Amino acid sequence: MTDSTMTTRQKVEASMARRRAAETRFRVYGMASVLFGMLCLVVLFGDIFSKGTSAFRQTVLTTEITLDADYLDINASSDERALMNANYEGLIKRHFKTEMSPSGRKERRQLYSMISAGAGWQLQGVVLDDPELIGETITIDLIMDDDVDQWFKHDRDNPESTRLSEKQLSWLNTWVDSGALHTRFNTTFFVNGDSREPELAGIRGAITGTFLTLLVTFLLSFPIGVAAAIYLEEFAPKNRLTEIVEININNLAAVPSITFGLLGLAIFINIFGVSRSTPLVGGLVLTLMTLPTIIISGRAAIKAVPPSIREAALGLGASKMQTVFHHVLPLALPGMLTGTIIGMAQALGETAPLLMIGMIAFVVDVPSFISDPSTVLPVQIFLWSDSPERAFTERTSGAIMVLLGFLIIMNTAAVMLRRRLERRW
Amino acid sequence: MSIIENHKTVGTPLSEGAKLSARDVCVYYGEKQAIYNVSLDIRKNEVIALIGPSGCGKSTFLRCLNRMNDTIDICNVTGEILLDGDDIYHPRVDVVPLRATVGMVFQKPNPFPKSIYDNIAYGPRIHGLASSRVDLDEIVEKSLQRAGLWNEVKDRLHAPGTGLSGGQQQRLCIARTIAVDPEVILMDEPCSALDPIATAKIEELIDELRENYTIAIVTHSMQQAARVSQRTAYFHLGQLIEVNATDKVFTTPEHQLTEAYITGRFG
Repeated sequence: MTDSTMTTRQKVEASMARRRAAETRFRVYGMASVLFGMLCLVVLFGDIFSKGTSAFRQTVLTTEITLDADYLDINASSDERALMNANYEGLIKRHFKTEMSPSGRKERRQLYSMISAGAGWQLQGVVLDDPELIGETITIDLIMDDDVDQWFKHDRDNPESTRLSEKQLSWLNTWVDSGALHTRFNTTFFVNGDSREPELAGIRGAITGTFLTLLVTFLLSFPIGVAAAIYLEEFAPKNRLTEIVEININNLAAVPSITFGLLGLAIFINIFGVSRSTPLVGGLVLTLMTLPTIIISGRAAIKAVPPSIREAALGLGASKMQTVFHHVLPLALPGMLTGTIIGMAQALGETAPLLMIGMIAFVVDVPSFISDPSTVLPVQIFLWSDSPERAFTERTSGAIMVLLGFLIIMNTAAVMLRRRLERRW
Repeated sequence: MSIIENHKTVGTPLSEGAKLSARDVCVYYGEKQAIYNVSLDIRKNEVIALIGPSGCGKSTFLRCLNRMNDTIDICNVTGEILLDGDDIYHPRVDVVPLRATVGMVFQKPNPFPKSIYDNIAYGPRIHGLASSRVDLDEIVEKSLQRAGLWNEVKDRLHAPGTGLSGGQQQRLCIARTIAVDPEVILMDEPCSALDPIATAKIEELIDELRENYTIAIVTHSMQQAARVSQRTAYFHLGQLIEVNATDKVFTTPEHQLTEAYITGRFG
């Protein structure tokens, strides 16, 4: 069949097979990419969730213990110091010695090591809350040591993989059979700060630190970013200096974040003397990092305001300032807020710059001011992931789940905000 | 076609005691000249129509009268424009009160994305024309009545201005302009984005407004110019060719270019 004998229609028909094949191939590639991406996501989340969900449950021993007033040497009218310093640990040890009758010092030590070191503070908390309970018998869920916790959650069918001795296992099985040993929701994870003991370690310090740091970041970067965007878009004269400023701001958005940490170390800590490891200096460093994002998205939002609104305002006799603040800014604000939320979500997950300014320290206390030393959630995850203990592995994954939860919430809020406030004119 | 050398405007461009006086106004966009030595007087309480083919400079000239061309960086205006005898391009003149005295209505209705009430109230608020809420209410009502919109919107003053129909939005913009109590209203093709019925309403309105304001209206439609104006100015390639009473321009124009335009030979 020669070309000359085919009409145009026939030539088009002849090419259809090849064109359809190309389009089908493209569609297949597209679907395959999306599916691959989703598969990776599923694997990632699956891995994190499988390791992390157990972190939200904690093994406890329900027991009835008498708050012996003579042993503790306190009563309902003792002052707070005496209540705090009473020997709760000793009381717990005496209670279990009586209950389980261990023979010999080695067995006694094994018995006591199964209860968490923090159990004493649990009792202390109960007494401080209600000193009238002294002398009474109370039921309390004592937190168990992380070895017991891991055994109960993961190793019960696998007795070889635990460090616990046979005697300890026999006691534990007795408690399991009687129903005294069980798991409950791990409130300690959310209430406590960091700790050497995994069963007492929590993310409260990290979350408070993250919150304070992000607060400082927002309070500094939002006004400065918005003002800079307005100035550059509306008021800056179009000369060489403005161009240089614009180019530099755009470049800063791509600078590796650890550089900001070095800057923070050199300038804020060494020159201005801000104390290390505080949300204040962390917030200052993260402000530098999120400013380019806010400025760039702010300028885009301002550019998107239609010029007809500006002309209407100017035509009425509004000054430039009035036009910008009464008309342009309210219309550009949703876009700016979206950009800010995205910038904050980025800052939430940043670790590298904060390491450089010292937020990597082992901080136990929950910070209450922006000048208290603290850590942030990503750094806490980093610190725990370094630890070889199994209990910390599951807590690392648990903390990652909490961090991911915050990020998803913030990004969803940004998307919803953008969709709701789009195109109001 | 090119500009006419040494052209002198035909007809009656100048008059005694005019509200707005333009003398030898030239407008440049960068290197390119858009308006060539236009001299025109606009009398108090008259409606003057500026007509001409597309790109002839009528909108540019109109925007000079309230210095809206200041917002365009590359635009340069020379010559003299006097409002009640005062040069509006004097370096010490503040454009803000000028624009309150010389208001503008644009081609495409551009109400603020606020309520109808706030649209009208914005101007008086920023210029301090109302000392109390009662005063403001009065100004809003009066402006809406003058613009012929009061009956249609009096029950929904707090509904968004953008929810009105095209014609209503343009009347809202006119009401907004009136609210700051201007002396001159400049209208840049106010009906070109509207349907015939809305157009008719606005033309009626212009006739009523003439009582209290001086109006200069740029229009593409010769019929509209004939209907609403007392005098007509014909622009061609940036030059002011002829200015005469509207009747005369449309029946016995003096200049041949004017005749060519109104008989439809170009434009």
